[in-house]
Amino acid sequence: MKKAISINVNGTPHNTEVEPRMLLVHYLRDALALTGTHVGCETSLCGACTVLMDGQAVKSCTIFAVQADGSQVTTIEGLAQNGELHPVQEGFWERHGLQCGYCTPGMIIAAAQILERNPNPSQEEIRHGLEGNLCRCTGYQHIVEAVEYAAKKS
Amino acid sequence: MSKFVGQRVKRTEDPRLIKGLGHYVDDIRLPDTLHVAFLRSMYAHARITNIDVSEAMNTPGVVAVYTGRDLGEKIGPVPCAAALPDLKVPDHRPLASDKVYFVGHPIAAVVATDRYAARDAVDLIMVDYEELAVVVDPEEAAKGGAVVHEKFGDNVAYKLTAGEGDIDAALASADKVIKQRILNQRLAPIAMEPRGVLARYLPGEEELTVWSSTQIPHLLRTQLALMIGIPENKLRVITPEVGGGFGSKLNVYGEEALLGWISMQLGKPVKWIETRRENMASTIHGRGQVGYIEVGCRNDGTITGLRYNVFADLGAYHQLLTPAIPTLTGLMLSGCYKIPAIQINVTGVFTNKMATDAYRGAGRPEATYVVERAADLVAAELGLDPVEVRRRNFPKPDEFPFKTATGLFYDSGNYEAALDKALQNADYARLREEQKRARDEGRIIGIGVSTYVEICALGPSQAMPAGGWESATVRIEPTGKVTILTGASPHGQGQETSFAQIAADELGVDIGDVTVIHGDTSIVQYGIGTFGSRATAVGGTAVYIAIERLKEKANKIAAHLLQADISKVVWDENGFNLEPEPAKVAAGAGVPEADLPAGQAPGASLPEPQIEGKKSLSLQDIALAAHLAKDLPPDMEPGLSATYFFEPKNFTFPFGTHIAIVEIDRETGEIKFQRYVAVDDCGKVINPMLVDGQVQGGIVQAIGQALYEEVVYDEQGQLVTGTLMDYAVPKAAMLPWFELDRTETPTDVNPMGVKGVGEAGTIGATPAIVNAVVDALSPYGIRHIDMPIKPENVWKIVNQQS
Ligand code: FES
Ligand code: FES
Repeated sequence: MKKAISINVNGTPHNTEVEPRMLLVHYLRDALALTGTHVGCETSLCGACTVLMDGQAVKSCTIFAVQADGSQVTTIEGLAQNGELHPVQEGFWERHGLQCGYCTPGMIIAAAQILERNPNPSQEEIRHGLEGNLCRCTGYQHIVEAVEYAAKKS
Repeated sequence: MSKFVGQRVKRTEDPRLIKGLGHYVDDIRLPDTLHVAFLRSMYAHARITNIDVSEAMNTPGVVAVYTGRDLGEKIGPVPCAAALPDLKVPDHRPLASDKVYFVGHPIAAVVATDRYAARDAVDLIMVDYEELAVVVDPEEAAKGGAVVHEKFGDNVAYKLTAGEGDIDAALASADKVIKQRILNQRLAPIAMEPRGVLARYLPGEEELTVWSSTQIPHLLRTQLALMIGIPENKLRVITPEVGGGFGSKLNVYGEEALLGWISMQLGKPVKWIETRRENMASTIHGRGQVGYIEVGCRNDGTITGLRYNVFADLGAYHQLLTPAIPTLTGLMLSGCYKIPAIQINVTGVFTNKMATDAYRGAGRPEATYVVERAADLVAAELGLDPVEVRRRNFPKPDEFPFKTATGLFYDSGNYEAALDKALQNADYARLREEQKRARDEGRIIGIGVSTYVEICALGPSQAMPAGGWESATVRIEPTGKVTILTGASPHGQGQETSFAQIAADELGVDIGDVTVIHGDTSIVQYGIGTFGSRATAVGGTAVYIAIERLKEKANKIAAHLLQADISKVVWDENGFNLEPEPAKVAAGAGVPEADLPAGQAPGASLPEPQIEGKKSLSLQDIALAAHLAKDLPPDMEPGLSATYFFEPKNFTFPFGTHIAIVEIDRETGEIKFQRYVAVDDCGKVINPMLVDGQVQGGIVQAIGQALYEEVVYDEQGQLVTGTLMDYAVPKAAMLPWFELDRTETPTDVNPMGVKGVGEAGTIGATPAIVNAVVDALSPYGIRHIDMPIKPENVWKIVNQQS
């Protein structure tokens, strides 16, 4: 029943046998112990599980691990390079873009994608770009400021 | 003197969280962990005639299946801490045995080697139900008809009347009495991290550890010990990172006890992580009040009396505080006004729904909504500006402490100052002119004002079900590093930072040298927890006073080592100095660097403190001397730590003014914010950035209640809003920019003058938004509209008339 897959996660190749129905998020969390990617709904609605798959922000709760076979995945743990925070991570810290931190990894990945597509987004564009990600703590204003900070920085 | 307090200090908790390296319950991995999944009722009210678990048991990977009948009374009832006279308390066990009372009621627990197998097996449990009559609407429930708990005969769990002043006379002699039915709809707290429990029993040590996503680790430990029947000192509750609570994790849930018990049965770690669907159905809801207000006033706008008759929709069972929530509503019915006669009549009713309980604000948003709607109703009735009605009824700053007709003493306040600042920031007069012009152009614009006061820093123990104090231990380690153990259990509010700010200032150390530990009952002395905007005002004060105590001891040690009289030793941020103080090197030189490097090689021995000839000793010198204990004042205990349990003498009463400006789209009925202006006064501010964050998050939850959110059950008691698809949590693009400002009126309830801010936004903002929409619709004869205000309802109003 199990299927062999090979996925490159945060620059490290992994060859694993998984159940075909295993969700990508569970693969990352359970098989690879990368628990920075969170689960908030399992139904593609909250964005807590957002990761980059071949450069695209995707909700890893709605993708089977087998669908990610052969792809490059970046999770929150892989965002900092050589010990240097990604500008979005820095922005979240500087501008108090997080409280409980549960939505944060998904938010940061989604925000990084926004900036990749549009290095100088307006506040409205930022808010729009974050529509797939829910935060119950911050009210989003500091998140918007965090992304603006990152845009200026990068 | 304060280098850190009052500053926008970046959070010390953030680095781990932005890197994805924090540990929430589900991130904790123990070998051989078994996974639990629940079968929950799909009916709102039914008799269970049969349960067949045989097929589930045969599923590969399944280790055990437990039903309510297996459990019997082996686990004690889920506790309710509310003490109300003649309260009916149904027997509430973790699993249903004979009957189910709401959709989501747990029936059976499957334990399996992985979570997929556990969920598979849940689907294979066969339950025969015999459906029973359902009651969903609280007013219907109070009238009779279908009964939730047969043994009580009816659905009224309690009735309660509170308030002072002759309300009948006040209403009879008023120039005008305005009546309005008013709804505080059921809401779902929706912490982004659902609940989760991991339990591990060690049969040898006879020790049970429960990791739970909770706001109250110590209270939970006490309750779980009683429920499971394990000595409290053999039970350890650990609260790792908690992904939001908002009151929903200020509770004791059946699942928490059951997981602990199962782990004891099986001798293995067991884990349950709530799914979002379970979270919507089986984690407490908030609000749920249907009320009728009668407000009496004089023609000049003076409010003379307020009565609130309310049906509180309790749900099928009491959770920890369920029936107590409306009592907080009663306490806050005076708002920030002098109202001589106030009465609340609560009828708490059982319905076939999940329990309501504390959700951010917990009874106070309901009160503020009632009072602030009442103020606007008075203004509309008398043709007065809503701002004038408010001004007329404020107590003046010199009237504090101000006694309300609900029996409270408001500590301090300057309501007019906050109002004036908000009006100025919003440019209220010009807004009204613009509104007029816009109306002439056919645009529909509304301005809503809310002047609120909230009750925070819960609270004096006399007024609390389980202690209202908070604890702190402050320890200076031999190397001079500072450790704080707080009984408060922050979960996003940032007290790891704000408490470190307090300590850094009071001890003259760098903030990086302070570690704040919380949420582990085996490490931290007993504490109460984080809720009711109390962590900083009560828990922070405990830290502050513990530091004072510790410094007294350090002072004595310093005097002894400097061979001086204690009166000659003066503390400043550089340490303990002999008077007259030696000239300082340069201002801002800070703490003299340690003789002990931070990364001391393992095994290196502690150096002797160099005292001789010194006129000043650093905290580090003293800490080392206190631990080496070779030369301490006679009879002094070694070590340098202090523990303090702070009991507040009163609540605190933060306040403020929120102003919402909305525009309504005539074509769609959509409500768009033009601006949102708020001035909040939470007393002294420790970290303005964190305060802003609390206010913004709170306002958004208020916007959620005002415009979007509602837990809906249909007539059969089916939960219609069972997913995030059906329950509208506000998203970034739905929200305005918040223009925030502050006034600062300290309290004398605690030495730092802090009041608390966690719930301000949720309490202050909801009525401002509704008042704005009603104001916009007033040309259509609208005086009130119920929440959530949907575009559909607005559209009907606008398009019927034009
Ligand atoms: S967990 Fe994937 S979107 Fe919510
Ligand atoms: S920080 Fe808590 S959900 Fe976003």
